[in-house]
Amino acid sequence: MNPRTPPRDPALLPRLSLTVLALAVLWPMLLLAEFNPAALFDAKNLKVMRHFLATFLPPDFSPDFLQLIATATLETLAIATAGIALAMCLGVPLALIATRSLSLSQIAMRADSRRWQGSDALRWAGRGVLMLLRGIPEIVWALLLVRALGLGPAAGVLALAITYSGMLGKVYAEILESGDARPTLALLESGSGRLAALGYGLLPGVLRELTSYTVYRWECAVRASIIMGFVGAGGLGQLMELSMRMLNGGEVVTIFITFLLMVMLADGISHVLRKMT
Amino acid sequence: MKQNMPPRPRYCLTCAATLCALMVAVIGSFWYLSLEVGGLFTAASLRHIAQFVGSFFPADFSHAHTAKIWQGALETLAISALGTLLAVIVGMLLALPASGRAGRIAKSLTRFLLNFLRSVPELVWATLMVLAAGLGPFAGTLALALHTSGVLGRLFAETLENTPTAAAAALADSGAVATTAFFYGTLPQVLPQLLAYSLYRWEMNIRMAAVLGFVGAGGLGQMLYFSLSLFQMPQACTVILAMLFLVAVVDGSSAWLRKLLA
Amino acid sequence: MSFHLEQASLTHSDGNRALENISLTAAHGERIALIGPSGAGKTSLLRLLATSLSPSSGAVSVLNHAPAQIDVNALKNLRSRIGMVHQAPPLPPRQRVITAVLAGRLGRWPLWKSLLSLLYPLDIIGAHQQLARMGIADRLYDRCDKLSGGQLQRVGVARVLYQQPDLILADEPVSAVDPTLADQVLVELLVETRSRQVTLIASLHAVDLALKHFPRIVGLRAGHIIFDLPAQQITAALLRDLYATEGTLPTQDNRPLMLP
Repeated sequence: MNPRTPPRDPALLPRLSLTVLALAVLWPMLLLAEFNPAALFDAKNLKVMRHFLATFLPPDFSPDFLQLIATATLETLAIATAGIALAMCLGVPLALIATRSLSLSQIAMRADSRRWQGSDALRWAGRGVLMLLRGIPEIVWALLLVRALGLGPAAGVLALAITYSGMLGKVYAEILESGDARPTLALLESGSGRLAALGYGLLPGVLRELTSYTVYRWECAVRASIIMGFVGAGGLGQLMELSMRMLNGGEVVTIFITFLLMVMLADGISHVLRKMT
Repeated sequence: MKQNMPPRPRYCLTCAATLCALMVAVIGSFWYLSLEVGGLFTAASLRHIAQFVGSFFPADFSHAHTAKIWQGALETLAISALGTLLAVIVGMLLALPASGRAGRIAKSLTRFLLNFLRSVPELVWATLMVLAAGLGPFAGTLALALHTSGVLGRLFAETLENTPTAAAAALADSGAVATTAFFYGTLPQVLPQLLAYSLYRWEMNIRMAAVLGFVGAGGLGQMLYFSLSLFQMPQACTVILAMLFLVAVVDGSSAWLRKLLA
Repeated sequence: MSFHLEQASLTHSDGNRALENISLTAAHGERIALIGPSGAGKTSLLRLLATSLSPSSGAVSVLNHAPAQIDVNALKNLRSRIGMVHQAPPLPPRQRVITAVLAGRLGRWPLWKSLLSLLYPLDIIGAHQQLARMGIADRLYDRCDKLSGGQLQRVGVARVLYQQPDLILADEPVSAVDPTLADQVLVELLVETRSRQVTLIASLHAVDLALKHFPRIVGLRAGHIIFDLPAQQITAALLRDLYATEGTLPTQDNRPLMLP
């Protein structure tokens, strides 16, 4: 039995065109990014790097500097905590506005669309606000606020408050919607107010997830506070930026070790808090 | 006849203690930073803020400035894309030993390296790379590549560890070498997940790439930094709008690519 | 001599004693059916012959080599001459059928050829031929996860046929295949043995298929070989004894077994 000749590989054309497209995009990309590995071996750059790396050891453990680090660490933790607290103040109300799980239209007697358009519009507006708040990275806010409020932790706290309220609000709204809706609906149907229905119907089921996410966000806030310090928003980041600018490797190493310890500490606290709920 | 009521439930001491500790932490933070939230809302400071916000509008849409922004946006896009691409390659190479395919010592060493790469924030890498390779977008690309390699390398290693080995083992049993068994047996199973992680990281990286310019690593970030330093607010506003637009483009492309390759 | 097991025993890492003192020899070109109740050790025996597992005691010799004593390269070459049809085909779901079949010769192809074939299949005609023998030539470019269980099993067999090994080990190769097609698959496997003097040992659940197609039947129960006889000498009493723990004799359509 002689089988017919098999058809050609249908994947050939798409694969070929994808490869050509990828190469066509790769070349300008390399040019735009000024891809130049030779620059890493440029004599001038190597000299600067060598000098900088030479100062890395020994790390700076002098008591004055350690005290500076301790203050900066406390400042970073405070920025993160205050920022999250403010973010919750703004995020929680927005989440309640934006979530569908407390909507009275779910239990409407009449399919009167006009009546519910107003509240629908409010919900979309809430979601829009949350999206806007999240849209700009917190470090950009930090840069702007440092210009407005001056160097220091206030810029960092506000930047966190603005962006994280958007993130917390969005995820809170989604968590509320993903919970079991029946207890809440039952309460709403028996005439309960919306906040009461939330507290008695929805919250017990989703509280664990809400706290878990909030604690995770606090961990991220600690890291973000350090980053924002680079543009002048106080804390450990500002200290590191100064040390790097002065090419003082010893100080950079100590700060980096502190940073690692702090991230581990935040990780640990987060773990414990999440276990408790 | 009086009925015996069940005993009252025990008071959760740890819960109360934790709540107290949290409240102390929050209030303490505000006190430590000497932040008076009320001070933000006085008439004078509100006026100051309103003035500050107003100085951004109308945004500068002049031809010359828009041309520069277009260049900056393309540069930022290139930084994020190239940085992510390099990270995918390096991450994959490091993930192989990190998933235990080359022995326990190699696994520990590579895992340590990957953890180090991802612990250092992108901005710190960028400052270092500006020293090593000079100002400009190349430093930004390297910084993203280094940090993201750590992140993707760990994610890839975990995916590899969780893949069933039956397919690759069967090929090895019929005489294929380890490399070939990997490409024919393991890679087809993990490719969708790897692509999903990489595209997600690209979405994160475009936001980061925009910001690395603050320390001199090129792109829109560098433009924003200069505009703000010179107090050219309308120009800064256009840059921020461009950043938002770029993020939306990348998010959209990533979603489209994900659907295409699924 | 194709393979030779001398008092081979196998205990799995979880303590399960799969095989006890198995002695089995086959010449080149022999066709053997391996039957027995579930858990008898049929898969373990086949894996032992495939050099996937080492015996806990006793000697194994496959294609005139002792797998335990040869170096890595020699082992790789030996394995490329052994084809294993798995009961559950170990095929990546997203891989296309053509690549899965071509993977049969990875033991013999150089690295560059293997990698190039991933981008563009280098022997479409060869793979197509084997799939046509299995009756699924039209599925050449489909993804494996779009195939039914029976079709996947046939892809597994096609891969082994493409490999052109000197020894074929088949572990329940038609368990999920439609009864009408099961005959066709077994016939193709047997054709292969005749044309190239390839040894075939297949474990089968359906006793009637074993008796119909294979001249030599080995009965395995609880890790021991109960009998090793030509098909004509198999009696109903022997089979009843073999399958005592299962109660009934398993056949292809669950019809009662007709013995000569």
